[in-house]
Amino acid sequence: MRFRAFFMIGMLALAPVLPALAQKADKSPPGKAVAFSQEKGNCLSCHGFPSLADAEQTGNSGPPIIAMSARFPDRAALRAKIWDAGAGNPAAFMPPFGRHRILTEEEIDQVVDFLLGL
Amino acid sequence: MRGRIRRILLGGLAALLACLGAGAAFAEPEDDRLRLETFFRKQFPDLQAEQYVHGAMLFDPEAMAQYRSIMEFPPFAGEVEKGELLWRTPMQSALTYADCLPNGGRMIAGNYPMFDETKGRVVTLEDAINACRVANNEAPYQHGDPATMGALTAYLRSLSDGMKMNIRVESEGARRAFEDGRKTFYARVGQLNFSCASCHVDNAGNRLRGEILSPAIGQATHWPVFRGGDQLLTLQARYASCHRLARHVPDALGSTRYNNLEYFHSYLSNGLPLRASVFRK
Repeated sequence: MRFRAFFMIGMLALAPVLPALAQKADKSPPGKAVAFSQEKGNCLSCHGFPSLADAEQTGNSGPPIIAMSARFPDRAALRAKIWDAGAGNPAAFMPPFGRHRILTEEEIDQVVDFLLGL
Repeated sequence: MRGRIRRILLGGLAALLACLGAGAAFAEPEDDRLRLETFFRKQFPDLQAEQYVHGAMLFDPEAMAQYRSIMEFPPFAGEVEKGELLWRTPMQSALTYADCLPNGGRMIAGNYPMFDETKGRVVTLEDAINACRVANNEAPYQHGDPATMGALTAYLRSLSDGMKMNIRVESEGARRAFEDGRKTFYARVGQLNFSCASCHVDNAGNRLRGEILSPAIGQATHWPVFRGGDQLLTLQARYASCHRLARHVPDALGSTRYNNLEYFHSYLSNGLPLRASVFRK
């Protein structure tokens, strides 16, 4: 009986930690799924990801995604480019992911986080 | 004497202005084509003009080899034969399409789309077939239907193999239709915000995933295509499919917008040899 009470208390104490542990097991950031999804970012359609082994058969219409934090020291500049690439360059091929609501604002933030880690 | 010289000078000036005016009104479609031809020649200096009919295969020797071997014994030959049967079957009036189309239907595909001055609009080869059908007491075919219009044009266009594309823009009405087609070609549409030119001019030769984007010049010369060897696809059905990929609501096939687009788009291939029907992966 006493053992059971201890067990219950122990489980309750662990409860807040468990989701964090689960997240740690799946190391890929949420932005990666958005970037790789054909329905959402579909970034691989145009961009190579040289540092990611699982980015297979990537397109080459856009520049490769590499050294992103060096190329975009200003996070807001990268975010703005994804939100509406045409604002800075009317000839841009890249779809306006924010302006045309291809991605939600939250998904764009997730993608920016993911890209800056590459 | 002085008055006479003045009259001659004024007359000459008027004639010169008329020439310039006419030149300005009708030179532009050719300028469009030449501008693109020059652009592609700079991008791909090794390609010869006639090679452009091969589209994306220009940049993929393996696909080109596969194409050549498949075209030796095309798996879609039976479909083209069905088209030939439709072609030979007399309509209600007992006349055939050969009786109805110019030159018995031979070596004419490169003249379409054409601007019909009496109708005041662009007429595609498919429109010409339907006009024949209606004039001979038959219901018009659905434009993109592979079993009827598709099969029939697959055969009919093969009667123009080797003809050079020969689209003409020779009146103000024709010019307006051409302009409208150009507008569609360059207009960004859909959630993904692509124009025809985004992919098939700016990014021709580049890859989207594993798919190589074909150059706009040469694209209009070889329809219908049999994708994967057996799926018949007409040119305008391909326009609709491109529009869907850009997440844009496509037009009905045979719409004025698509006809005008086909008019502009086909003009870009002027001088290139036609071949129907072909394999595409």
